Amino acid sequence: MTMRFASIWFRHLVTDWFAVRQPALRNTAFVVTDLSHGRMIVTAANALAEAQGISCGMVLADARTIIQGLQVVDNKPDLVGRLLKRIAEWCVRFTPIAAIDLPDGIVLDITGCSHLWGGDEPYTKDILMRLNSRGYDVRVAIADTIGTAWAIARYGKQALIIENGKQYEALLSLPPVALRLERETIERLQKLGLRQISSFINMPRSALRRRFGSHLITRLNHSLGVEEEIILPVLPVVTYQERLPCLEPIVTATGIHIALQRLLETLCQRLQQEGKGLRIANLQCYRVDGKIEQVGITTISPSHHVKHLFTLFEAKLATIEPDLGIELFVLEAPTVEEHVATQQKIWETTVGLDHVNLSELIDRLTGKFGADAIQRFLPSEHYWPERSVKPATSLKEQKTIEWKLDRPRPIQVLLTPEHIDVTAPVPDYPPMNFRYKGKLHKIIKADGPERIEQEWWIQQGQHRDYYAVEDEEGCRYWLFRSGHYNEAYQWFIHGFFA
Amino acid sequence: MPSSKADIIAQLQRDILPLQGFKPVAGNIGFDGGLGFIKHAFPNASFPLGAMHEFLCRSTEDVSASEGFVAGIVAAVMQKGGVSIWISSTGMISPPALKAFGIEPDNIIFIYLKKEKEMMWAMEEALKCEGIAAVISETPEISFNASRRFQLAVEQSRVTGFVIRHNPKNMATTCVTRWKITSMPSDSEIGLPGLGFPRWDVSLVKVRNGTPGNWQLEWAGGRFRHVVKQSAAIHEIQRKAG
Repeated sequence: MTMRFASIWFRHLVTDWFAVRQPALRNTAFVVTDLSHGRMIVTAANALAEAQGISCGMVLADARTIIQGLQVVDNKPDLVGRLLKRIAEWCVRFTPIAAIDLPDGIVLDITGCSHLWGGDEPYTKDILMRLNSRGYDVRVAIADTIGTAWAIARYGKQALIIENGKQYEALLSLPPVALRLERETIERLQKLGLRQISSFINMPRSALRRRFGSHLITRLNHSLGVEEEIILPVLPVVTYQERLPCLEPIVTATGIHIALQRLLETLCQRLQQEGKGLRIANLQCYRVDGKIEQVGITTISPSHHVKHLFTLFEAKLATIEPDLGIELFVLEAPTVEEHVATQQKIWETTVGLDHVNLSELIDRLTGKFGADAIQRFLPSEHYWPERSVKPATSLKEQKTIEWKLDRPRPIQVLLTPEHIDVTAPVPDYPPMNFRYKGKLHKIIKADGPERIEQEWWIQQGQHRDYYAVEDEEGCRYWLFRSGHYNEAYQWFIHGFFA
Repeated sequence: MPSSKADIIAQLQRDILPLQGFKPVAGNIGFDGGLGFIKHAFPNASFPLGAMHEFLCRSTEDVSASEGFVAGIVAAVMQKGGVSIWISSTGMISPPALKAFGIEPDNIIFIYLKKEKEMMWAMEEALKCEGIAAVISETPEISFNASRRFQLAVEQSRVTGFVIRHNPKNMATTCVTRWKITSMPSDSEIGLPGLGFPRWDVSLVKVRNGTPGNWQLEWAGGRFRHVVKQSAAIHEIQRKAG
């Protein structure tokens, strides 16, 4: 699957923000200034000021000579970073992976997202519309790579949406600065008359590297999609995380126990305060030699019970190999759910499915045997015996239909029906006797047939005619004949009645 | 005086019972486990809850019969609500059938394990969990030590444990009761063709501080029903007529 990225360029991020907060500034030229080496420097100018020739980096006094009565606003420390972070977090509505692209943009990983808006076109339109309505002047471009999206958003002349695999063609007409190069490299390219990417993109890579350094090659590769570029999502995937750095590397089991206990206490305290409980937790141990040892647990219902979680971890701590020592413990809870502690009655003697005792027992069992070994069943609306129950997904899941009582069902069912030899009168009388595991059973009483048809929308095959039979010793069996008697048919034993 | 001597002995017996792990739990006095008058075979004339019960089976058919019988008792134990745990090594237990014995199958957690050691561990953990109604385990082999650990665990947690053992080798185990359940030919009351209610030959081989016995029971109308022994001759006639 090809990746798709959107780059959002804020042309006047800071001034737009001030204009939103102070509407009076909207229709006048104004600049944002910062104190630098005893001079007031323009750090941002709005569109009106820029139109009259003011640019960033100018000294305020110079700017004042250009525009009479220029409005000046003092900059706030780290405004751009905080602003971009907030907008990037807001962008999570468009994609879960949004990253800040300093100094004036945001990168979105929109792989598999835009189709929800009906394509790239409506997607960008939505982003534009929403940001414009908030007062930001933006350009949005979409391409297969971050580099191309970045370049097109800032320097693209025509289409802002680059089709799959068309980044090479899109880049050709752009200036070298669109490759996010260092200042020196751009100047050198300029000096050599390489004013478009097309003029050097086909040069031998070794020559380019010799003259302009490997950075140019890396950037070209990033833009063309040859090399993958890493972005740092603004919302970390794991929000519940505790770290415990150690002064001395930990090598003993006791040390690991103490570290785990401490991490659990802090994490659980936080979870408890926020009314949450964890479902999955991982303990990562960063070793001195750079390797990471990891153990994980899962719980069936959200929990912030330190003692219980410790027991779950304890069973797995033995697999941790401290080697030369562990210098950092990180405990993270990637999956966290709402958990409101219900008050348990102390005189209550039985536990229900929602009781903490039971869920903790299941957690312990799951930790040892895996989740597959533990099952709870709900009735399913199928007559076909193999499909008449379905595993419940959680302890809370309730049955949607009642358990059926109208037909006799054996208490033990063979996982796969076993073939038996039968003597039976035709066409559909119950068998007179059958041989199972070398023993001949003479049938005294029988009920049936109960015909169960194949569910054709799930599976093709022959129907089954079930008989409940009792032999001379009083043992009761569930037999069936697969298919009509006059066609190819077979007899099977499928279960044992109580 | 003989009467006072008998009184003293009865009193002493009553005093000894709690020391042996038969603590009367409030609300459980006279609890019969759905077994009716068979409760008089047990100490305190009540089905021992918070104890280990063992069922010996020779064949898969016996296992089915025992499971049905146990399901009937567990249904009575779970009347007051609660959850049971069913540990199975064969994976053959079928949840829908339990409904017929009065259990809500969705209130049972099934654990499928193969190794004996794992089953022992799971069984002990489950038996230690306070508040669970019953733990049923289909385990062929239990070591003597494990059975003692189970018994100690249930005395603490008041969970009732049932062990269904298919062809066990080791017979020296600790348990409060030991049963043998085998299927019996069913009988429909008015001699109609077809199968009747599930019917078992129930023998209580061992019961601590109680009196062992043998009964014929059938599961009819959602409860155990005592069957008066019939002569084989009647069966013969019916079979010929049928």
